[in-house]
Amino acid sequence: MAKKSSSNNYDAIVVGGGHNGLTNAAYLAKSGLRTLVLERRPIVGGAAITEELHPGFSFTTFSYGLSLIRPDVVQELNLVKHGFMPLLMNSTFAPMENGDYLLVGGDREHNISEYRRHSKADADAMDRFEFDLSRVQQYVKPMFDAMAPNVFGGTEEDAEQVAWLLKHLGSAPPKVVHDTVRLLFGSISDFLDDYFESDVIKGHLASSGIIGTKVGPMSPGSGLVFLFMAMGEHDGSMGAWSFHKGGNGGFTQVLSRAAQAYGAEVRLEAPVSHVVTANGKATGVVLEDGTEFTAPVVVSSLDPRRTFTQLVDPAELPTELVETIRRFRFQGTASKVNFALDGPPVFPALADRTDQWQGFVNIGPSIEYLERAFDPAKYGWYSERPYLDCCVQSFIDPDMAPAGKHVMSCFTMYTPYELKKPDGTPGDWDVERDNLGDTVQRTLAEFFPGFDDLVVHREVVTPLDIERVTGLSEGNIYAGEFLAPQMYFFRPAPGYSDYRTPIDGYYQCGSGTHPGGCVIGAPGRFASQQVLKDLKR
Amino acid sequence: MRMKTTPFHPRLVELNDTGLWSHWSGYLSAVRYDFSSKFEYFGIRNAAAFFDASPLYKFWIRGADAERYLAGVMARDVRTVRPGRAQYTVWCNDEGYVLEDGVLFRHAADEFMLTAAEPNLSFLQSLAIGKQVEIVDVSEDYATLAVQGPRSRAILEPLAPEIAELSYFGFIPAKVAGHPVTISRTGFTGDLGFEVMVGADDALPVLDAILEAGQPHGLRPFGEEALNMARIEAGLPLIGTEFTSARYAYNAAERFTPTELGLGWLLRGIDDDTRPFVGRDAIRRELADKTSRWTTRGIVLDWRAYADLYEAHGLLPEMNEIPADWETMLYDDAGERAGYATSLMYSPMMQRYIGIARIKPELAAVGGTVQVEQTVDHEYYTVPAEITTLPFFNPERKLS
Repeated sequence: MAKKSSSNNYDAIVVGGGHNGLTNAAYLAKSGLRTLVLERRPIVGGAAITEELHPGFSFTTFSYGLSLIRPDVVQELNLVKHGFMPLLMNSTFAPMENGDYLLVGGDREHNISEYRRHSKADADAMDRFEFDLSRVQQYVKPMFDAMAPNVFGGTEEDAEQVAWLLKHLGSAPPKVVHDTVRLLFGSISDFLDDYFESDVIKGHLASSGIIGTKVGPMSPGSGLVFLFMAMGEHDGSMGAWSFHKGGNGGFTQVLSRAAQAYGAEVRLEAPVSHVVTANGKATGVVLEDGTEFTAPVVVSSLDPRRTFTQLVDPAELPTELVETIRRFRFQGTASKVNFALDGPPVFPALADRTDQWQGFVNIGPSIEYLERAFDPAKYGWYSERPYLDCCVQSFIDPDMAPAGKHVMSCFTMYTPYELKKPDGTPGDWDVERDNLGDTVQRTLAEFFPGFDDLVVHREVVTPLDIERVTGLSEGNIYAGEFLAPQMYFFRPAPGYSDYRTPIDGYYQCGSGTHPGGCVIGAPGRFASQQVLKDLKR
Repeated sequence: MRMKTTPFHPRLVELNDTGLWSHWSGYLSAVRYDFSSKFEYFGIRNAAAFFDASPLYKFWIRGADAERYLAGVMARDVRTVRPGRAQYTVWCNDEGYVLEDGVLFRHAADEFMLTAAEPNLSFLQSLAIGKQVEIVDVSEDYATLAVQGPRSRAILEPLAPEIAELSYFGFIPAKVAGHPVTISRTGFTGDLGFEVMVGADDALPVLDAILEAGQPHGLRPFGEEALNMARIEAGLPLIGTEFTSARYAYNAAERFTPTELGLGWLLRGIDDDTRPFVGRDAIRRELADKTSRWTTRGIVLDWRAYADLYEAHGLLPEMNEIPADWETMLYDDAGERAGYATSLMYSPMMQRYIGIARIKPELAAVGGTVQVEQTVDHEYYTVPAEITTLPFFNPERKLS
């Protein structure tokens, strides 16, 4: 039953209360638009939520760290006032199969000696690598932190932006440009080989080149993922990570408070059925229960597949766009296994210490380990010995677990969304879920003896679960793969990287737009700028 | 010659992964324990962390005239302090310039303990002539452990249930692990926190009990760098940084009145003629004639302008949470000197560069702007900053 009253009229409606939807709504509300956020679930946050799944234990069900969030968003939306609190992740710990480890942190001198312990040659390579990488980051940042020029458009403004891009591309020394191209189109393994020889150092560094993407460290494309991850700048430190107070769910609560303080209205358990259009213009949305809301601006924070083929009738769109979106790769390969633990894990060589738990724990002791974890995914199956990016989050934020107890988040690769058994028959994540949990637990027990005895509660989140709960197609954590043909002015489709759509008043603000996924806020921010610019016309 | 160590040191040396110690009042004092002082700082702001404050000087001030004596020495009226309460205070010279600051704990009607950063015994005694008051330097007799942060109460309460009802700047005798201690709700971090004063001989078992109680709460040690970060966010002045003792001032620029230091609030009741104190007449003249030369304010740098300045030079903007140990010059929009910042740091809680600033009163309106001098590529530039009140950070839990 459609209901329509004046109170259902807004200036702008944002579909989806994930972090980009909230960011977008906060900006729109801040500039005076009467803005409504419609979230399907009973909580905001999308894939950035924190849930108490076992009494006293808070789980970051999906997303689990903060680095890429743009400082512009934090500052412009005054998030500190609403509780923004990024806690420093102090160390990276990479246990090895022989019982040794790599443990690096905030002291350069110590890091050099730790690198040197594994390879004397890698000691000075560390500084060279970090410097060369920082030059690439600097070079890429202006492109990362601005809307992508529409190289396919023909307006004067487009031409100006393309001219700016060409000028910028030629502005760096040849080595910086070359390093950038090598990262964007090459493998992280090749890039690291130019600097390092130690397996554990390379494994530790290469692992951020595979996060969330169906590439191995030896695949071209892993350099791009690595560079994307390096674009985070927690407290001005490129590539540094933090853990938001209360997890990324704590962060999206901050965003929600900010959006509401600016006047946005957030409605929970309000699943949108479709966007209403008339004469090629968006006029509002209809909820699944038939409730209608009208607004001249509708912004979808959902991924490109849902934005272009579910919320609107694809028949209203150019066939070429629909086809590009159909080709857009999602193919989620990441899972999460979260544990409630009775006590801290034990690593025998550091049994009397706790500093190895104050940041990331990287189960990926060599590039070969990572690549072998990738191998089965190529053919449709999941890793026997997965790559794990773990964090015992209660060491950084004790409020995540009861005193003395711990929660451990384990990002798990590779677990392809579409399972195909070795005999060619399709697999089913509903069947494999527990086995995946066991596989992860077994891997952890290899490095941390007695791990099984610590487990109080376990949550296994497969790509299928990610899709079901968050709506991210095929469980891709970035709302679409980080592959060169799906980035920058190709994200999500050539000619549609400007947050607009062919339907007047219908916009996109999700991670499927430039610059892309992670808890970053940039798509939501850029989309708001585009909306406001168009409203002025 | 060898630097002394505090009674907690045998345990602290085990905890200090960096091997870095500074010298404070004749003792080794940790710069930081962890490789990152920012990590320690988050212990204060998000869990609990402890600091060895033992090097502070401590003086018993006792006798029938103790209150009358202190009322005449201290700029803040000590007569308003009940036994079991403490008071932050300053003392001045005859010209009304600040000599030093400290905290006064009133144990009884006629018994006080003063803690201070510098030795003061002969000075305090010189003002006691003819009064029934005994002043004893007992600095070595006690160790002090500051346990600070949102979980500090949860850690200490099982050890000393008496602290449950302790209000801000209250203190109470208690026992920890069977050893007598005095626990006060005080600290230098601007957060919920306590200080445990313990006899030097009992220091280690008390520390061990606190370490054990703190373990499930993420308690960790913090050094001088993290303390400095926290106290700047709390807007608390530090001798040697915000001011130097007027006793050692060679010229007028090196001395400050309480009002100029932002401590005018200590002077409540200054017009009460029943309490003459050292410097009172000069301070009253300063207030009446409005001759204060400085107003103490916070400044918050424009984050975009700061980043743009560095990026324009092809540099990555550095967000340094370690406070600058030099003065930073401030200008008005016309380029005239407006004052200077004594403590400038990137605040992880505020996500901005903040500083404690001394600004000419006519330019110090809250909400106004000053230009902050920065050196980039060996050249001077300025970055605009908003003038704010202090403190920058003042969580509800500090008082609740």
